[in-house]
Amino acid sequence: MEVKREGLGPPGAPSDFRARQLLARDMLRGDLEGEALNLYVEERVMTTTLEKAVAWSQGNSIYPMTFGLACCAIEMMTIVGARMDIARFGWEAFRASPRQADLLILSGRVSVKMAPVIRRIYDQMLEPKWAISMGACCSSMGVFNNYALVPADKFMPIDVHVPGCPPRPEALMHGILRLRDKIHGHRPDGWRERYDAVGTEEVLAGEQGGAGAINVLAPGDTAGA
Amino acid sequence: MALETDYRKREESITYTAQAAGQGETHELLTLNIGPHHPATHGVLRLLATLEGEVVRDIKPIVGYVHTGIEKTAETKSYWKAIPVVERMDYLAYYFNAMAFCGATETLLGVEVPPRAQYLRVIHLELNRIMSHLVWLGTGALDLGAISMFWYCFRERETILDLFEMSSGQRMHTRYFQVGGVFEDIPPGFAAKLTKFLDEMPGRADQYADLLTKNQIVLERLHGICPLDEQTLLSLGVTGPLLRASGNPWDLRKAAPYSSYDHFDFKIPVGTVGDNYDRFRVRHAELYESVKIIRQALEGLPEGPHITPDRKVALPPRHELATSMEALIHHFKLVTEGFRVPPGEAYYPIEGPRGELGCFVRADGSAKPARVHMRDPSFVNLQALAPMVRGNYIADLIATLAMLDPILGGIDR
Amino acid sequence: MPDATGLELTAHELRDANAEAVLGTTFYRGRAELQVAPAHVVEVLTTLRGKGYRTLASLHGVDYYPDEPRLGVLYELLDMKQVDRISVKARVSTEDPHIPTATGLFPGAEFPEREVFDMFGVVFDGHPDMRRILMPEDFPGFPQRRDFPIGGEPVLFTYNEENSYGKWQ
Repeated sequence: MEVKREGLGPPGAPSDFRARQLLARDMLRGDLEGEALNLYVEERVMTTTLEKAVAWSQGNSIYPMTFGLACCAIEMMTIVGARMDIARFGWEAFRASPRQADLLILSGRVSVKMAPVIRRIYDQMLEPKWAISMGACCSSMGVFNNYALVPADKFMPIDVHVPGCPPRPEALMHGILRLRDKIHGHRPDGWRERYDAVGTEEVLAGEQGGAGAINVLAPGDTAGA
Repeated sequence: MALETDYRKREESITYTAQAAGQGETHELLTLNIGPHHPATHGVLRLLATLEGEVVRDIKPIVGYVHTGIEKTAETKSYWKAIPVVERMDYLAYYFNAMAFCGATETLLGVEVPPRAQYLRVIHLELNRIMSHLVWLGTGALDLGAISMFWYCFRERETILDLFEMSSGQRMHTRYFQVGGVFEDIPPGFAAKLTKFLDEMPGRADQYADLLTKNQIVLERLHGICPLDEQTLLSLGVTGPLLRASGNPWDLRKAAPYSSYDHFDFKIPVGTVGDNYDRFRVRHAELYESVKIIRQALEGLPEGPHITPDRKVALPPRHELATSMEALIHHFKLVTEGFRVPPGEAYYPIEGPRGELGCFVRADGSAKPARVHMRDPSFVNLQALAPMVRGNYIADLIATLAMLDPILGGIDR
Repeated sequence: MPDATGLELTAHELRDANAEAVLGTTFYRGRAELQVAPAHVVEVLTTLRGKGYRTLASLHGVDYYPDEPRLGVLYELLDMKQVDRISVKARVSTEDPHIPTATGLFPGAEFPEREVFDMFGVVFDGHPDMRRILMPEDFPGFPQRRDFPIGGEPVLFTYNEENSYGKWQ
């Protein structure tokens, strides 16, 4: 049986060893030109912009801050545990000092007394910084819609809200990965793009005063009944 | 009003008692604010420590940083809907919170819980106790510096949470306990998985003991540190492992058994001196006792309904809704308005992982409770912190706080 | 619990000591309760402590709106030796919400009394540190009174997100 070897190089590139050797010699001498040079460089060098490189490394080595407030803190501790391992993503270095941390995971209910403390800590963090609001209590008011709680959106900017009460560690992981995508700069498709359902929003963007709203019931509407 | 001036004003208004700086020494007193955001306070506890050098002269805990208004929220919801609200108080002992509330409501209603439901409740309560002690052990050892204990304890905890997920669908804050029983019977694989867990748990607890109990560093940090005698603890109203560590074998499971605890044979671990080491050993020994209770409950699990057959209180099973008109009406009434409780007041105490957890419910005849008060053990136990740490180093303060096992959700409610 | 007769005997004893101390007794679903005039609370607690109820299991407040007197303070006492519980209730009105403190008898009442002050406004005379414990120090009002509004934020939907707190600038 005859074995024929074929090179996997780009079309036009010589496939046997001697030819490649000559190509490399030409490269070192500076003799490659035009198309051959482009192909050579493309094969061997990874190009990127500085911002993207920095964003890539930032996203992969965030230092979250140990900021457990209530029940969600226990689920945050479980993602540090061995089963859902946050160290897979490089995020295991939980720093206690706000000066050393990048990410504030607000896990738990934010009470009226605690809100200025959180704001102060968030202000002490150095740029660039992100915040994840974990759980229903700090994202919206959660189970306790009463005098004692403040939703985190009211006093600090939040990047990712993770719903749940408490969110499963997998859900928090999903939120963390979305934040990492956000840091890396590529927004994953929302479900409307993926399922080709753009246009079914309650309030279409850009309409004034809700005139373009198609799914919002105003007083007096009968929902077609 | 600027945020900063508010903050400063609040700090000024707090006064601290500065005890005399002892025996002619002229060290000056330093007030150090520990928390509310601090890696070693278990939750958002703020401690104003008055230090002389490294020795703590006085300590004033300031709480309220996670106050959620649970009690007031429970007043606006019907009894059934208030169970998830009340569960989130002491967030490591969620079954206990629900048990206390359901127990108080059942006392007021005069409803009897069927034996199978009682045994199932005991199984879940003891699993929750083990889970709470595991978290305490993991985070407590973390505070002392034995960081790898955290991962070991949370590995066990994951197994327990899998069991909770099997029986109720949620890992934490399951709405499993209902007024009159439990929400659902346990699924078929539960018993096998639970038995497997029970077989391996004592071995794991032995491993934790091997790592920690004879470890020289742990001994130096905990042995003989911050003891508090039984009389002071009793006068402060402290219960639970703290009291048992000082020698008093008070445990509501034995003294005033509820929910069939008197059917089980288990021991109460009791300490001698009441120092940190005793508190550590008492909680660790409770792991073994809880395993024993669960094993007995699982083996003796009686047949029967898992919730009271009284349809005015518990939802009828779904297959009946298709055939019986009364069941439909009961279901409708229970879901929309809820059951009404005749006027009265009840206080139902149970033994939580940190001490006596009691629920006071006042009913005024309507479908919503008129007052729900949870007597949380950590709230009362926190008063014991100051007498414990006076005269000890600040590192001992951290270790004592770890052994005290406060849960700020319960303290602040 | 002391059964109904035991409760009545205790009440008689207390009335013999001080005629106006005990206002009534209730025994409901196994729970024994003494209603006591606020001025004589410490006396009653001392007597009960002498009879063996040496632990204060719980101290909490209840708002009996609209029944007057509105604010009730409940003391749940526990006798560890006999495994017995008894409750003492003292009701004060909002016009004069003062009651003597129990911290002399039960040092463990310190935090619970502060909580009752914080949530209901009942001032405990003689308490070493009568300040709010759970709410911020300058919070106006007493949250757990029945006429205090529950508060809360409007639920965010897409249509009210812009005008509400949802979008942080």
